[in-house]
Amino acid sequence: MKHGSSSPIILLLSRVLSPYIMLFGMYVIFHGHYSPGGGFQGGALLASSIILIRIAMEEKVHQLHFNKAYGIPLGAVGVLIFFGVGFISLIMGGYFLDYSLLPFPGMITAELRFYGILLIEVGVGLAVMTILVAIYDNLLEEDDDESI
Amino acid sequence: MKYLTFMSIGVFALLLIYAAYGLPYRGDPNALVNQEISLTGTPVASSYYIENAMKDANTPNMVTTVLGDYRAFDTLGEEVVIFAAGIICFLLLNRERKREARKQ
Repeated sequence: MKHGSSSPIILLLSRVLSPYIMLFGMYVIFHGHYSPGGGFQGGALLASSIILIRIAMEEKVHQLHFNKAYGIPLGAVGVLIFFGVGFISLIMGGYFLDYSLLPFPGMITAELRFYGILLIEVGVGLAVMTILVAIYDNLLEEDDDESI
Repeated sequence: MKYLTFMSIGVFALLLIYAAYGLPYRGDPNALVNQEISLTGTPVASSYYIENAMKDANTPNMVTTVLGDYRAFDTLGEEVVIFAAGIICFLLLNRERKREARKQ
């Protein structure tokens, strides 16, 4: 697959649109308590903003803001955030993923569960974003090899 | 063979349209899915969610509370499935690449 596009319209529009898609992805993740949305949808939006740059830009530029090597490790970090939140509440003496026992001082049970849901949504969003980008990178690598 | 394909698609479409007439209307209080007692005589969980989701987790969006709190273990499973898909893609494609590089 040929990297980059020679059309100035595509280059300009992808550069303008990508930060706004990323901002909207953040909004979908962090506003998921009040409106439709959540980790999966927001993570897909963040991945789409990164993949847009990878499709449009040439090869020197398209990995500047998210390197290929970080894909799988950051996905593992996202899964570990989710699992760690569950495991902390298990260590504090409750059930697995029982957010009411998270060690945040000075909060009532409902607030603790609110922030527990927020933490796991961030973990889900991070994992979905990085894994989608990693799948795209690996498929593209394979395609480059066959064309040579 | 082509006619057989189109005929079977048409028959299936008619079957689906016929089956759609048997569905309950949206928000029908007498429909089986909206009852507080299920067919086997046990109380269903959705009325508990509707009454207590705001009180339990301070979150207006009930769906987020169900996905992230009451059914968080299921969401953990979904995330692990996505991670497994990514890591399998990584392993298969990258190993293939290394083998080709060794051959040359």
